[in-house]
Amino acid sequence: MRIRRFLRLLPVVPSIVLLMVFLLAPVVWSFYASFTDAALSGKGARDPQWVGVDNYARMAGDDSFPLAAWLTVVFVMASAVIGQSALGLLIALLMTRSRRVVSSWVGTVVVAAWVLPEIVAAFAAYAYFNRDGTLNQILGGVGIQGPDWLYSFPMVAIILANTWRGTAFSMLVYRAALADIPRDVTEAALMDGARGWQRLAFITLPLIRSSIATNLMLITLQTLAVFTLIWVMTAGGPANASTTLPVLAYQEAFKFGDIGYGTAVASVLIVLGMVFGAVYVQLLRDKRA
Amino acid sequence: MGRRTKTFRARTALYRSAAMLSVAAVLAAATSCSPTPDAAGNKTLKIVYQKTDSFTALDAVMQDAKKEFEAANSGVTVDLQPIQANDDDYGTKLALAQRSTDTAPDVFYEDTFKVRSDVDAGYLLNLDSYLAKWGEWSAFDEAAKEAGRADDGAIYAVPLGTDTRAIWYNKAVFRKAGIPVPWQPKNWEDILATARAIKAADAEAIPFNVYAGKATGEGTVMQGFYELLYGTDSTLYDEREKKWVVGSQGFTDSLAFLKTLYDEKLAVSPAEALDANVWKKVFGEWFPQGKLGATVEGSYAPSFWQKGGAYEWPGYEQDMAAAMFPTQKGQEPGGVSMSGGWTLAVGAKSKNPELSFTFLTTVLNKKNALSYDINNSQIAVRTDVATDPGYLAANPFVKDVSDLVKVTHYRPATADYPRISTAVQEATEAVITGKKSPEDAAADYDAALRKLVGEDKVLEK
Repeated sequence: MRIRRFLRLLPVVPSIVLLMVFLLAPVVWSFYASFTDAALSGKGARDPQWVGVDNYARMAGDDSFPLAAWLTVVFVMASAVIGQSALGLLIALLMTRSRRVVSSWVGTVVVAAWVLPEIVAAFAAYAYFNRDGTLNQILGGVGIQGPDWLYSFPMVAIILANTWRGTAFSMLVYRAALADIPRDVTEAALMDGARGWQRLAFITLPLIRSSIATNLMLITLQTLAVFTLIWVMTAGGPANASTTLPVLAYQEAFKFGDIGYGTAVASVLIVLGMVFGAVYVQLLRDKRA
Repeated sequence: MGRRTKTFRARTALYRSAAMLSVAAVLAAATSCSPTPDAAGNKTLKIVYQKTDSFTALDAVMQDAKKEFEAANSGVTVDLQPIQANDDDYGTKLALAQRSTDTAPDVFYEDTFKVRSDVDAGYLLNLDSYLAKWGEWSAFDEAAKEAGRADDGAIYAVPLGTDTRAIWYNKAVFRKAGIPVPWQPKNWEDILATARAIKAADAEAIPFNVYAGKATGEGTVMQGFYELLYGTDSTLYDEREKKWVVGSQGFTDSLAFLKTLYDEKLAVSPAEALDANVWKKVFGEWFPQGKLGATVEGSYAPSFWQKGGAYEWPGYEQDMAAAMFPTQKGQEPGGVSMSGGWTLAVGAKSKNPELSFTFLTTVLNKKNALSYDINNSQIAVRTDVATDPGYLAANPFVKDVSDLVKVTHYRPATADYPRISTAVQEATEAVITGKKSPEDAAADYDAALRKLVGEDKVLEK
């Protein structure tokens, strides 16, 4: 019996090993390094010492850390939860009602942003929001003098760019979910005289709840890790106004060579991802009970 | 550390992202197997240095040295591994490669201000015994030799060249505003008066640019803030007491000068100043197009404009001139400059230290040093190169910028310096964007400094 169970597990062993080596090991190493004074140069490079929670204690007194943590939460809430997810749902809903030509055309346009490699999308966004960029040229065409977006409103520009880039994923997930709603349920509601918004609130949304939670989980984790987009557009500036945790971790670890503190910031990022994940799981569970 | 600022400013986003990828590649390489060295006397030396689109002079010299060295040492292969990255990322990749014997280079290009902390890290080989046997070591300028000295008193790196900072100004723009050239300001007030005159003559012109903010990184302090600060009666660091200076009037005054420049629109707009690529506009657009009056820049400036440079400009020899940056009130010694430079070092983990050092001396022999100093507009550190007619004829400004060595300063090369530099850059950014008054920004800097180095390492002055 036991042998059989073992044999049944055998095929997944390689993938478990691969996950351990390439996914878990760096995370564990990073967590370990955050308790040392490891560095790229100086004494911390020759002989890193265990410093306990010093790096975490330092965060408390570091002005840029609370700001970065706050900006990360703002970035995730605005660009992933509200931007990508809500916009993706809206587009998916509209597409179910529009003509086939319109919906396939809209689908193509939205997906185009998603298939661009991150670095290309980042340069496209930079070219768009730049002081002499496309957006301000369009605004100039109708007589409006646009601001220097990346300088005056760096977070707005980054949030819009990430929304633009990631909406397609949510849209695809929601289109699939909406297609799975049994037609007779909607028809019954229609017969009972439910209005459009009532059908949405009481029929559609509850039926696709698990897709919403899964989607939110995925795009939240993805957005938490966004680095290239921000780095290309603003490099975290001006004056740290768009420095999220990944940017801060990069600066600390590689610009200042402070691996210990950089990995501590990265560990906080992991914890933040776990908190978001737990919240989504909780939401999913409560509704079902 | 001088060249550093040139490429430092080349911190384009593309380089950054590419660098992230290559950092990962280096890490991957560090874990993979390295080719086993041939036992039969066939040895390979690995040489790591920096190469960018606008910095190819070192690559050219390395290619020459490789040919020369391989011809003289049969059986030895020189494996040149240029790294395409800006200064920050170059340093990161080098440090990552140093961590394992498999990837550590034999000879590498090293920023002078990293020498001390990299010696602490155990990356560099003590060169004292090798230098003692090298006849040409005596040809090096005594002051320049100090660049490679670590805290233990031994020499770990040999300088390639150095640089200075000057005010580069466009004579055509000055003449148009009725300012007599050659021009040499006596104090800060002279600079402001001149800038105002240029503004009055042409409202579209950018009279006097001084870098500020974090986007231009080390360029902000090396080509800007330090010329101001070191011309006051205070300094950044007290070399004698080995302590950092807080609460200095000079620091606040320097910020106030920047505020005046930016408030009166005598410099670029704050948004332009916070664009990491602003230096490209300075060299490539504004100076050649006659839109910019003057800027504080390194002695290497002509390397951008000369034939084959990143921004070729045939008219630069006639239009441009260099002036010494003045002290605040014209006090002694009358001017200020900042210097840095890069060195070559031998890896502490090298399996062939003797051969590696021989390769280093090949790169730095008179012929190669001369061609490097000319092609990269470096200030020579070998006395025989400095007096060579070819060097003196390299560009019309060699003498001007070499003379600035008399009034030059070096940055405190401590391990925590990069963070302190960032704190200074943040202070300038807060002032030019109008977020803080010079007094408040200086107070913030003091607080940041106390936090960084600790109360016992600061000095009220």
